[in-house]
Amino acid sequence: MTKNDFLSIVPLFILTSSAILIMFSISVKRNHKLIYAITSLSLAGDFIYLMVTISGNSWVIEPLFIIDGFGVFNTGLILLTALAVTMVSYAYFEQREERKEEYYILLILATLGAAVLVISKHFVSLFLGLEILSVSLYSMIAYLRKRERSDEAGIKYLIMAAFSSAFLLFGMALVYATTGTMEFSGIATYLESVKDVPILLLAGFGLMVVGVGFKLSVVPFHMWAADVYEGAPAPVTAFIATVSKGGIVALLVRFFTAVHGYNYPSLVGSFTVIAIASMFVGNFLALRQNNVKRILAYSSTAHMGYLLVAFLSGDSLGVEAVSFYLVAYFVTSLGAFGIIATLSDKDRDAEMLEDYKGLLWRRPWTAALLSAMLLSLAGIPLTAGFVGKFYIIAAGVSTHHWLLVVMLAVNSVIGLYYYIKIIAIMFEQQEGEAHPVGRLNPAAYIVSGVTMAILALLLVWFGIYPEGLMTLIKNLVTLN
Amino acid sequence: MILLVLIIVLMAGGLLAWVAEKWNPLLTRWISLTGTLLDFGIVLFIWLNDNTTVNPSDSSWLQTIDLPWIPRFGIGFHLALDGLSLLMLLLTFFLGILSVLTSWKEIQYRVGFFHFNLLWVLAGITGVFLTMDLFLFYFFWEVMLIPMYFLIGIWGHENRQYAAYKFFIFTQASGLLMLLAILGVYFIHGNLTGVYTFDYFQLLGTEFTPEVARWLMLGFLAAFIVKLPVVPFHTWLPDAHTEAPTAGSLILAGLLLKTGAYGLIRFIIPLFPGAAHEIAPWAMLFGIIGILYGAVLAFAQTDLKRLVAYTSVSHMGFVILGVFAFNEVALQGVVMQMITHGISTGALFILAGSLYERIHTRDITQMGGFWTKVPFMGTIGLVFAMASLGLPGLGNFIAEFMILVGAWQANGVLTIFATIGLVAATAYSLRIVQKVFLGKEERVRTLVDLSLREKLIMVPLVIVIVWLGLFPQPVLNTAKRTITGLFPHSTSLSVVKEGMKTKGGAHD
Repeated sequence: MTKNDFLSIVPLFILTSSAILIMFSISVKRNHKLIYAITSLSLAGDFIYLMVTISGNSWVIEPLFIIDGFGVFNTGLILLTALAVTMVSYAYFEQREERKEEYYILLILATLGAAVLVISKHFVSLFLGLEILSVSLYSMIAYLRKRERSDEAGIKYLIMAAFSSAFLLFGMALVYATTGTMEFSGIATYLESVKDVPILLLAGFGLMVVGVGFKLSVVPFHMWAADVYEGAPAPVTAFIATVSKGGIVALLVRFFTAVHGYNYPSLVGSFTVIAIASMFVGNFLALRQNNVKRILAYSSTAHMGYLLVAFLSGDSLGVEAVSFYLVAYFVTSLGAFGIIATLSDKDRDAEMLEDYKGLLWRRPWTAALLSAMLLSLAGIPLTAGFVGKFYIIAAGVSTHHWLLVVMLAVNSVIGLYYYIKIIAIMFEQQEGEAHPVGRLNPAAYIVSGVTMAILALLLVWFGIYPEGLMTLIKNLVTLN
Repeated sequence: MILLVLIIVLMAGGLLAWVAEKWNPLLTRWISLTGTLLDFGIVLFIWLNDNTTVNPSDSSWLQTIDLPWIPRFGIGFHLALDGLSLLMLLLTFFLGILSVLTSWKEIQYRVGFFHFNLLWVLAGITGVFLTMDLFLFYFFWEVMLIPMYFLIGIWGHENRQYAAYKFFIFTQASGLLMLLAILGVYFIHGNLTGVYTFDYFQLLGTEFTPEVARWLMLGFLAAFIVKLPVVPFHTWLPDAHTEAPTAGSLILAGLLLKTGAYGLIRFIIPLFPGAAHEIAPWAMLFGIIGILYGAVLAFAQTDLKRLVAYTSVSHMGFVILGVFAFNEVALQGVVMQMITHGISTGALFILAGSLYERIHTRDITQMGGFWTKVPFMGTIGLVFAMASLGLPGLGNFIAEFMILVGAWQANGVLTIFATIGLVAATAYSLRIVQKVFLGKEERVRTLVDLSLREKLIMVPLVIVIVWLGLFPQPVLNTAKRTITGLFPHSTSLSVVKEGMKTKGGAHD
């Protein structure tokens, strides 16, 4: 390993070592504040390191990693998201009795897994990253053991994730059997050399789609999403919705571009079906929920469908659109789940629609922030979500995917209904006195509040003046 | 620069009004009133100093501002003001002032947030009337929706949630189709010329194949005919108008519907002249259906606001009839109709609002015999009922007459049916007067006549509608430049097709 090799994966080392540091620190003394500080400092430090050493060149560490603009962009995004989740987590876990310190180790490890995913160019690193992410998530989801739905969610995720990993592994094995390589570029070379894609290879790709589809919770692999979102602690749900999905999307883009997947109608066709089905099923299921976390779970299925539209556009505009949409979606989801976390009390999360009744008049700022987040999810102007949706539609129209963009438009309208429903409930007048919610000292919420405020500002900033982010993405994200 | 000020005054005023509620709700009202008055003053000043009618060689654009916004996509913050936008802005701010005044007593709940929404709707509408960048247009088109949703959903009547949903979803769905069409235009223009831009003036000359033009035009049309509305896309309108608070109904009927008509004139005709001609007979037919259907349903209503709402459907039928007649007279009539309908229907909604404040019902079967008690209100009601039925001497007559004259040149048979609409209008307008102000009193009530504030609202409306009826020439002159820009060669139909292809006026 050369010096440059080492320097280019320092971000991964920082994460690993801070996880170890936290472990030591816990063995000496349990101190939530200290652990929280270490976690946030290491995530922030990691991000700053990434910014400082950023360069236009890509660096390859054979055979596993490629650190290029796209990888750096996504790593940065993941780190910042993890940081935001940490910020929200403190107040959330502080008011709960259970041991909270180990949570941060898991959080950092899951972040590490996602960071590995987005820079991998080999099946081995892909699988390693995915498993680090998944295994950490099993325990994070079931972290609050005493809650009634925690175990259910954890076990559900465990079984489904193990199942999908098996599919993914089998798919990889089939691909390896036909192509003789596990490197993305090697597979691409093989594909160019053959006229017809062997059926075995196609089957391998198909099995891999199952594995990836599960992680993204796209239809028909979406069954776990609502239960897991509901059962997991709100900050963890935020993490699943953002980092875990974003990492997979980035990987998917990298793999597809590397093997020129856009040239194979069977692959594109299956993703088209998945995209359309995800949009419709996700939105229709969300319509019927009265639990905010479940609504957001199904809405995320629909949003993954939207993302696939940009992904299927394939050209550089498509990749830009995916990146921009990911940023917008991350900001929005973090904000929404962050607010749920902030509103939650000792025993349960504020997840039922009744909990939000008249929120605007009780806590105007919180309600305004949540409204902004929901409007962004719905893709209304002045928010990042609007520009993201515009970007996707532009990408779709420029490559003439008319069916997909029309479906997207139709679904935006369906989606609007349930986002507006939540807003309407917040605006309703409350009858009777609200029962006071048991909460800790307000100081614990300052950090969460500030985080939410920053997210909301970003949301509006990207909505009104997206040029800066667009330029950043355009400069960094050039995949060939 | 002054155009940007118009929007900023409203947006900043809205925020300020919201904050001011903390100290004093009255301050909120005064801030909103000042904001709208200021904008009205600015636009009035521009109008009075406008000498393009004197000097026809001038550009038809009175003011422009063009700043880069998102260069990545060739999106600019491009605003421009011509005669048509000027008239629409005058109407916007005039009704804006009235909507603040009419809410003075009616709105007592969350005053700050109400005025914030009110001013932001107006800001969105101002943007729609000014923008010359298609992306920005869509942006403003959506910006005016959210506050309107809140106005209906929070301060509306009994069934407000349903109405607000319906309004929002109808307009959003059609708006998204327009967004697709806008992007279609953008990429086709970009592929042809290599210049990717959303700028209206650059996109104007784009050549589409007839097939593509038809689809793209339908995308735009969807948004505009839902807003206008054209039967059968009108079902959101009666609900939204009925449930909205008075100021909301006023803005909906007076301004939001006009954005649809404005879009037809500003975008559909110049961008897709060929495709627009193709569908013209169908569009006119739907206009007629709207006129008659709206009138019949208006006659059958017992809810006063719902009745007025259906008259809007009927009157807007004239607009689409006139736009697709493709001649100068008809289009002049359309512009007049947009203004006079805003005034007369707005006045009827305000009247319904004041009645509701007094007797807490909108059911006209429970009204009757009010004339003796509130003669002033009765007189006003009579004036605007007459305006609505198209009595000569009032503005609506000029508008509808010009539309019919123009439409006659385009399609005689359809125009005959449109004229029947005037008869139906007489029936429903007289029914308002009869049921509300004349007849036997259903129940003994104590009624107060219009207060000074309400007189201050109604009297200017009466003055304007009479002025437009007797001396419409200044308005026609102002609109003339824009409209002749659409038909540079002649007004006769045969040469219109060539004429349509040239740009809508010189630009810097």
